[in-house]
Amino acid sequence: MNVQVHYFASLREALGATESVEVAAGTTLAGLRDLLLAHSPRHAEVLSRGRLLRCALDQRLCDESTVIAAGAEVAFFPPVTGG
Amino acid sequence: MSVRVRIGPEDFDLSAEVAALHAGDGAVGAVVSFVGLVRDRQDGQGISRMELEHYPGMTENAIEAMIDAAQQRFQIHAARVVHRVGVLEPLEQIVLVAVSAAHRGQAFEACEFLMDYLKTQAPFWKKEHTADGARWVDARSSDDTALQRWGVASANGL
Repeated sequence: MNVQVHYFASLREALGATESVEVAAGTTLAGLRDLLLAHSPRHAEVLSRGRLLRCALDQRLCDESTVIAAGAEVAFFPPVTGG
Repeated sequence: MSVRVRIGPEDFDLSAEVAALHAGDGAVGAVVSFVGLVRDRQDGQGISRMELEHYPGMTENAIEAMIDAAQQRFQIHAARVVHRVGVLEPLEQIVLVAVSAAHRGQAFEACEFLMDYLKTQAPFWKKEHTADGARWVDARSSDDTALQRWGVASANGL
């Protein structure tokens, strides 16, 4: 199935605002991050497991263990710094 | 009910926001408001400009949910959050959290709760411009600690 991935802040600057990825049914956000890591050296750098990132599924913060449903909107971004 | 959350580039008028928050509600005896500003320095270095990015849609929903949580937890009448995005200059206003209640205690607490929540759970990102160039602001673990005192776990900062 196809998933639309959104990036924000430093990730957006490095990878662009969105990209579309093909994943198997039952893939978790952690699985998707691993897939994306292999896309390019730039992906490998900014999505590196050594970096604390946060993620959202359908615009709600969630854990990387969450399974992605068909048609879901996924986002990866750095820790938030508003206020 | 009036609008509770507003995100956009426009500046806000504290008096007008507070007046709208409790307009016509004679049971309100206290309004507490917090305004966050752009500093002109950080760790001894001058800040010339601040950029604020957000996740449209998710940001509004996340803050609406925080206000729902505050209304369940505290005895408050109303709450309003205004957060600016885009390019801001030093000394400009960034964020407003205003809460009304019958008495001050609940209003103070709810206002602090909402700010602590917003700092670690609302998708905004700040970029500072300095003489050395631009840099994304790092999240702070002290903000997680501030939220944890309300019994809410957070792992946003390093």
